[in-house]
Amino acid sequence: MSAVRRLLGEAVVPAATLVLALLAWEAATWAFRIPRFIMPAPSAILGEGWEWRYRFIEHTWVTLYETLGGFALSMAVGVPLAVLIVYSPRLRGAIYPLIVLTQSVPKIAIAPVLLLVLGFGEIPKMVVAFLVAFFPVVVDTATGLAATPPELLDLSRSYRASAFKTFMKVRLPLALPFIFAGAKVAITLSVIGAVVGEFVGSDRGLGYVILSSTSYWKTEVAFSAMILLSLMAIVLFAAVSLVERVVCPWLATEQS
Amino acid sequence: MIRLQEVEKTYRTRRGDLVHALAETTLEIGDRELVTLVGPSGCGKSTLLKLVAGLVPPSRGQIRVREQPVTGPFPDVGFVFQQPVLLPWRSVLDNVLFSVEMLGLDLRQYRKPAGDLLELTGLAGFETKYPRELSGGMQQRVAICRALLPDPSLLLMDEPFGALDAMTREEMSLELLRIWEERRKTILFVTHSIPEAILLADRVVVMSPRPGRVARVLRVDLPRPRTMELEFDPRFKAHSDEIRSLIFAGRKERP
Repeated sequence: MSAVRRLLGEAVVPAATLVLALLAWEAATWAFRIPRFIMPAPSAILGEGWEWRYRFIEHTWVTLYETLGGFALSMAVGVPLAVLIVYSPRLRGAIYPLIVLTQSVPKIAIAPVLLLVLGFGEIPKMVVAFLVAFFPVVVDTATGLAATPPELLDLSRSYRASAFKTFMKVRLPLALPFIFAGAKVAITLSVIGAVVGEFVGSDRGLGYVILSSTSYWKTEVAFSAMILLSLMAIVLFAAVSLVERVVCPWLATEQS
Repeated sequence: MIRLQEVEKTYRTRRGDLVHALAETTLEIGDRELVTLVGPSGCGKSTLLKLVAGLVPPSRGQIRVREQPVTGPFPDVGFVFQQPVLLPWRSVLDNVLFSVEMLGLDLRQYRKPAGDLLELTGLAGFETKYPRELSGGMQQRVAICRALLPDPSLLLMDEPFGALDAMTREEMSLELLRIWEERRKTILFVTHSIPEAILLADRVVVMSPRPGRVARVLRVDLPRPRTMELEFDPRFKAHSDEIRSLIFAGRKERP
């Protein structure tokens, strides 16, 4: 009984709400005769999206590739940076202000300059995605590494374990939940970064599709691309969560 | 076993203020003796433990363990803290093995002793459980096993039962005594609880705060093995009154 009620609460109610909202939207576009280039009906979006399905596969792949590249870069750079910050107060003094500075400049403002410097293609988009996404990775990883209970550090020191051993056996695994929290934010930000990069200058990718289709009044296509983007973000987020659950199985049971 | 000679500890806080954590202290602890340190917060009890373990250097004076001057951490020490600080991704057995792993010893040789220790502390059958599946008292037992596994001659315990509820606490005190009877370690045990300090100790070191110093060292005049019933012994009450008056006398002196 309670399982049924939970299913009702977790799945049926949100799904029904979504369907109702879509129906209202569909009805409104008909009733108020809203032009399709301003606000297309859901049915029109789906229809046009289906027409574009093969082209969408290619564009989705490009954006996915850029997103994953940016995400990988932000993890590969962010985690070691955080380690340096936590282990060396001097490096912390040198690096931290720089990192905060890169965050204070709006990424949309840097993107045109970056593309000018790095040229066309996927790499500059990955760099934009990286710049958007690496900050939470650094901050969360550093927070996690600094949160090691002092008792465990004393314990490791009293056993005369090397700093590297303490890092591998104690600090890093204890920081994993924090690192994954940063990774979850980073993966969604990477999608945004890739799209921003495409907006500035590209001839492929879902961001490019949105920009070009709106300039041709093909609003349905833009909406389809948006749906694909949000689906991509959701799937990627779920994938990171899944990896987290595999890597840190003790967390899932701790929360339940 | 342990000899502190005119040991003093002053450290600088991050803001640059000097804190006099421990004023000149001279103390001797015999082999296989169980000594408790009791006193209010800020009396330098934990500092004293860290000094003995070689985790922090003294500002003045000398500490010797087995006639060897302490210059840094040495592996003949087992540490138990107020929190069990177990590693959540390791099973009970692997948490116990953590100490020998960090010491870089051969793990295979310690599986059997680890099992024996779990048996001794009433955790037989829990080897494959995870810390989250255990109660606070059981987690602390795992922490004690972890400290005992490399068979150190010195056990430093910093309010190990401070986070447990009163009933578990009494149970754990008696259990520690049982382990101590069996394994005979030198134990330095920090506590806030006066009854706990008396129940466990051969000698109680009463400390007073700001700066932390030894107010008096009392020999506990009670038979072993100790039981909870001793709390009603007039000698127990006399000790407890004496310790209490020492601690509160120190308080009144403060402006």
